[in-house]
Amino acid sequence: MKKFILIALIILAVMPGCNDEEFLDREPTSLLLDEQLWQDESLVFSLVSDLYWRINDYQSVKSWWEYTNFDEAFASNAGDYWRHRDLWDYGYDWWRLWDYGYMRELNLFIQKCEAADETVITSKARFLAEGRFIRATLYFEMVKRMGGVPLILEPLTYDFSGDPSYLQYPRAKEHEVYDFILSELDDIKADLPNDVNVKSRATQGLVLAMKSRVALYAASIAKYGANTPEVTLPDGEVGISSSMANAYYQTAFDAAEELIGTGPYSLYNKKENLSENFARLFQDKSNNPEVIFAKDYVQSMNNEESNPWTLVNQPWGEAEDLEGGRLNPSLNLAQLFEKVDNTYEPFQTNAEDGDWIYYDDPMDIFKDRDARLAGTIMLPGSTFKGKPVDIWAGFMLADGSVISSDKFGDTGSLPGKDVDEQVVGKDGPIDGLEWGAQTGFYVRKFMDEATGSGQRGVKSDVWWVRYRLAEVYLNAAEAAFELGHPDVAATYMNTVRTRAGLTIPLDQSDISFDRIVNERKVELAFEGHELWDMKRWRLAHQVWNGEAVDLSTNIGVADEIQTRVFGLWPYKYYDENGSENNYKYVFKVVKPSNVIASHRFRMGNYYSSISDGVINSNPLIVRNPNHN
Amino acid sequence: MKKILFYIPLIFSLIFMSCEKDNYDAPSARLYGKLVYQGEAIHVEAHEVTFQLWEPGWQLSNSIQVDVNQDGEYSAMLFPSTYKLIIPSHQGPFRNITNTETQSDTIIVNLGGNKEMDIEVEPYYMIRNAQFSQSGGTVSASFGLEQIITDEDAKSIERVNLYINTTQFVDVQSKINSAEVAGGDIADLSSVTMSVTVPETRIDQSYVYARVGVKMAGVEDMIFTAVQKIDL
Repeated sequence: MKKFILIALIILAVMPGCNDEEFLDREPTSLLLDEQLWQDESLVFSLVSDLYWRINDYQSVKSWWEYTNFDEAFASNAGDYWRHRDLWDYGYDWWRLWDYGYMRELNLFIQKCEAADETVITSKARFLAEGRFIRATLYFEMVKRMGGVPLILEPLTYDFSGDPSYLQYPRAKEHEVYDFILSELDDIKADLPNDVNVKSRATQGLVLAMKSRVALYAASIAKYGANTPEVTLPDGEVGISSSMANAYYQTAFDAAEELIGTGPYSLYNKKENLSENFARLFQDKSNNPEVIFAKDYVQSMNNEESNPWTLVNQPWGEAEDLEGGRLNPSLNLAQLFEKVDNTYEPFQTNAEDGDWIYYDDPMDIFKDRDARLAGTIMLPGSTFKGKPVDIWAGFMLADGSVISSDKFGDTGSLPGKDVDEQVVGKDGPIDGLEWGAQTGFYVRKFMDEATGSGQRGVKSDVWWVRYRLAEVYLNAAEAAFELGHPDVAATYMNTVRTRAGLTIPLDQSDISFDRIVNERKVELAFEGHELWDMKRWRLAHQVWNGEAVDLSTNIGVADEIQTRVFGLWPYKYYDENGSENNYKYVFKVVKPSNVIASHRFRMGNYYSSISDGVINSNPLIVRNPNHN
Repeated sequence: MKKILFYIPLIFSLIFMSCEKDNYDAPSARLYGKLVYQGEAIHVEAHEVTFQLWEPGWQLSNSIQVDVNQDGEYSAMLFPSTYKLIIPSHQGPFRNITNTETQSDTIIVNLGGNKEMDIEVEPYYMIRNAQFSQSGGTVSASFGLEQIITDEDAKSIERVNLYINTTQFVDVQSKINSAEVAGGDIADLSSVTMSVTVPETRIDQSYVYARVGVKMAGVEDMIFTAVQKIDL
């Protein structure tokens, strides 16, 4: 008995010494704790890369359909026809962004990075600058959509006291948000590398490029906002005083000039063929001197990390997989590209006597144009991946009737011929048949020429270019023009235009607001600029005013109405009685039958509506103009 | 066996149809009427002018949006309750009249059952005595413009349009042709005439609909005349 008691005592004596920490208190194996993370530089790096990855884009290579809401392109996809058929007015909630979840994570990152040990995290200063850069980017994304938003610069935590009112921040004035972004960019610049080969992380070049864009936006809102006094709020949450315009233009100009003058960047000029050069600019990821900041992708099954642009937009006739052809650039956009003698001209379809103009090659109608036309848009008769793009709508007979088919590349019989032959292009266009070139065009910009880029299991590794030097040139030109230096503006514009084959320089008397608007439209098409540019110039409500008009022949006029998209269809000519023009190409301006609605951008669209949910939880938030 | 399999879902759906938990009564009270100025309806663009109904007393507030038709009429099916009706300040070619009960632009609506309620507003302009005629494929309109608001809120006329369309919906987005005269080019507001040709290529019927709209500077919505059917 005594023995038992002794054993029991011994066991009791041993147990308290059982090492709890190892036995029961185990560290999780599936997640990393804060203190572990901040002990390892490579872990912090993955954290930053996640924050970079989540930067918002409205239009990008991941969302081709968003380009079709305006006048740049037609959506050749049955599920998106509504954008042309039923989209009369843009909703007030379009482009809404109120992401204070992401903002809180950024603020947490900045707070923890500030506290991190510099001896362990050796690039602490750079990480911190990057966190502040991404936060500034998010504020920029929010201010250009919503106007002034609450400036929250630290992570907020609720204390469960029952009174959350200390967490309720009012909206800052619109110019305060712009000023905050600009001052952040100034602050962080010295902590970032000045390296032309760093493309997907913040650099000094990126800070300057972003600064010129941000200041330019603020400046034009100040200047052109005077034309829309109804789009302001009395306390300045929306609207910037016109007296501030010049200072912002100066900031934009100085930043752009500094980057152009002293930065390590230069315009991309590697190919002799200027159209090809322009197309390569977006694909070439090795030693690309022009790209400043991009979201990078790899070829992968994984939808998140690969770029689907080539898959969804490849020419259907030679597609590598069972889809393609969705984004069809509009004739509205195509005709903005100037002739090489710096004049605007609609594409010539008919002679003065009303007869067709007969072209031996479909490319002939696009001859002597800005090289960016063929670099941005895949034209009928051009090639992609070495294969011809087969866009023609059918045979145009002498009496004006058309022989075509409702199947891509189908055969049919021509009058007076015994043997059937192909009567429509493999890429269409066939009206209403999705994935064909329903405007007569496919998109070229960002299309990947690598084999496999059009396969679902591979996709493309072409990056999404967010900032590049040509935009900075145009920012400088616009700011210089607005500051009353058209000569300087001409110099910067000419640099960009020379690269596009427009070698006759513009002189200062040629520079006008219309020219600047047009230059940005053609240089930066499909790069996600159009909506923001039209908003800041307060042109959106004039250009997309809801009025159903035919295709404009007044090219290069900034406030010309563009509510519907049009196309340009090539036909082969055929006269059964024989004609020297047989099998030559004629062109016809068409409106795809799905284009019914005429888009209207209302005053209430200049700043997206703030949801009732936000206002319910924070009564200090005032609604945007025209929403209450 | 197959028959049984077929009947099982049917029986289930019959049973659950009468389940009370998820069957709420539909809204039963209809609130309807029109926007008026001194008894005259205010004609506007279809679905462009909206107002809000707020039902106080809930923890979270969301408004019910009510669209106004072309002829100024509106109608909404609601639950009987008390609502606050607000016409947002930028809506419509008019300004709100201060409500005597609330001393603001809010109108209290006590809704017990169906209720007809005209909402009195003060338009910047009214289009008077509009007459439409047609001859030889040209539609003409003559009318007068009366400025109603002449105090510091007065607005100038930006433009006047005569729209024609093949359907009853006639406005800037739905038209086959329009004539336009700028506000500054109108010599006599009390007597304006305009005409517009009917484009033959875009019509295969023997009638069109027409109406005149006035756009005020700084006011987004236009004010219109009633839609008029015109036999060609």
